[in-house]
Amino acid sequence: MIELEGLTKRYGEKVAVDRLTFTVRPGIVTGFLGPNGAGKSTTMRMILGLDRPTAGDVRIDGTHYDRLKDPLTYIGALLEAKGVHPGRSAYHHLLCLAQSNKIPRRRVHEVLDTVGLTAVARKKAKGFSLGMGQRLGIAAALLGDPRILMFDEPVNGLDPEGIHWIRTLMKSLAAQGRTVFVSSHLMSEMALTADHLVVIGQGRLLADTSMAEFIEHNSRSYVRVRSPQRERLLDVLHQAGITAVENGNGSLEVDGSKAEYIGELAARNQLVLHELSSQQASLEEAFMRLTAESVEYHAHSGAPEPRQQWGDDWRRG
Amino acid sequence: MAAAQVVRSEWTKIRSVASTVWTLSLAVVVTIALGMLISALSKNEFETMSARDRLAFDPTFISFAGMSLGQLAMIVFGVLVVSNEYSTGMIRASLAAVPRRGTFLSGKLTVATALALVVSMATGFAAFFLGQAMLGEHKASIGDAGVLRAVIGGGLYMTLIALFSMGVAAMLRSPMLSLGILMPFFFLISNILGNVDATKKVGRFLPDQAGSKIMQVVPPLEDETPYGPWGGLGIMALWVVAALIGGYVLLQRRDAQ
Repeated sequence: MIELEGLTKRYGEKVAVDRLTFTVRPGIVTGFLGPNGAGKSTTMRMILGLDRPTAGDVRIDGTHYDRLKDPLTYIGALLEAKGVHPGRSAYHHLLCLAQSNKIPRRRVHEVLDTVGLTAVARKKAKGFSLGMGQRLGIAAALLGDPRILMFDEPVNGLDPEGIHWIRTLMKSLAAQGRTVFVSSHLMSEMALTADHLVVIGQGRLLADTSMAEFIEHNSRSYVRVRSPQRERLLDVLHQAGITAVENGNGSLEVDGSKAEYIGELAARNQLVLHELSSQQASLEEAFMRLTAESVEYHAHSGAPEPRQQWGDDWRRG
Repeated sequence: MAAAQVVRSEWTKIRSVASTVWTLSLAVVVTIALGMLISALSKNEFETMSARDRLAFDPTFISFAGMSLGQLAMIVFGVLVVSNEYSTGMIRASLAAVPRRGTFLSGKLTVATALALVVSMATGFAAFFLGQAMLGEHKASIGDAGVLRAVIGGGLYMTLIALFSMGVAAMLRSPMLSLGILMPFFFLISNILGNVDATKKVGRFLPDQAGSKIMQVVPPLEDETPYGPWGGLGIMALWVVAALIGGYVLLQRRDAQ
């Protein structure tokens, strides 16, 4: 369990993390979602005691990180930035970490095997691809067989097979009852792995909810209808008590009705339809709306400088 | 025992990178080879020396002449041991594994200093004996007064240079910045400050100027140095302590970037 309480990090005037309070619970995968630069990595570094909070508190199983005896056996982390000496072999990289936490040498071989790096264990890390580096980072996280695992953007640089592998790994770790906390700037990635969601934007907590609840609240389903007899269709819908919204490109969007019903209605009134389809707004859109709302909030509260549009980065990606 | 675990871990770190081997071997080879060369040249020069210069002839100190260059490799060793953590990003993994930063730093310094001490002592004795062999009939004997102290002192001097560099690197973090300051300082600036009359009084309190006093057996003529061999080494040790305290305080305060 990881507990954050009012966790804040300021760099001079700039607030990177703003009074974050939430709990990461065991047995599930908790997704930590936010646009690039939202403060996810800073938060994770503070959890590990690498960055000192300006205010607030963070505890691992009720204890401060620097009070943990052999911390790698409590919490293992993969941080976004590569942190391996290029001239050191994967084996020695893991061995020095293991020795500092009294982790037996055989664990080094085990985790190398788990991540599939046994064949290159004695090779210098500078020859590693991005994906291999990521696997080495994951091996380091697993080294102490910890109850808590934290991954910062783990799928970055992995090929599709690697992405599938890390998703399965995270789910199985959670199924073993471990706490799994994983950050991403991609909603689609979270939708596939996370059971619980913590969303932040510009350092602030925007949502702390189960994935199911998030989908229920944020995904809108509607029916798209297109007809050459648009005016008549609008009349018919209106008479049936259905509100339709024009969406600009000639089609209509209808909330809260089934496509079947609209089709039957059109048939009864002998209307020609060119399109009739059920639509589901994507979670990406929901995420965008959520972060966009808080941009407006910031604008209304009189933010001094113009800020980068939230979600710009992932919208491009 | 946490400290022992960290020492074991740091030993794995230091022996698993190539820079340790090449910096230390360079320090050994350069110090000994240059010492031998200058000893051989001094032997030939002795015949043409004035009586005054012969009085100040210090065969022990001459055999350590290679240290002025060999210490640069020792500086590189000390700087890289610490700053590698920062330049590679390994520091985040290291401090996540050992969050008590004092334990981390002292473990690292213990291992690197112990290794530097072994190499430096071996270098000191080798430079002395091989240098004396080059000096022929003008050589000093290890049993002569003050000679053993100078030879052991030479090993301590090199070790302290490495330790000082570690402290500076812990403060500055960047290897390029640390080397960019330490190399010209010890190779040029300190020598200039210590030999120009106007700055001599201050210059001789610089770490290498004060520390190298321990390697002298025959004092130069009209020697006005206000400290003896151990006093000089003590002054150097104070510099080292100051650098280490600076490094420790900054490590405690800063975010691990």
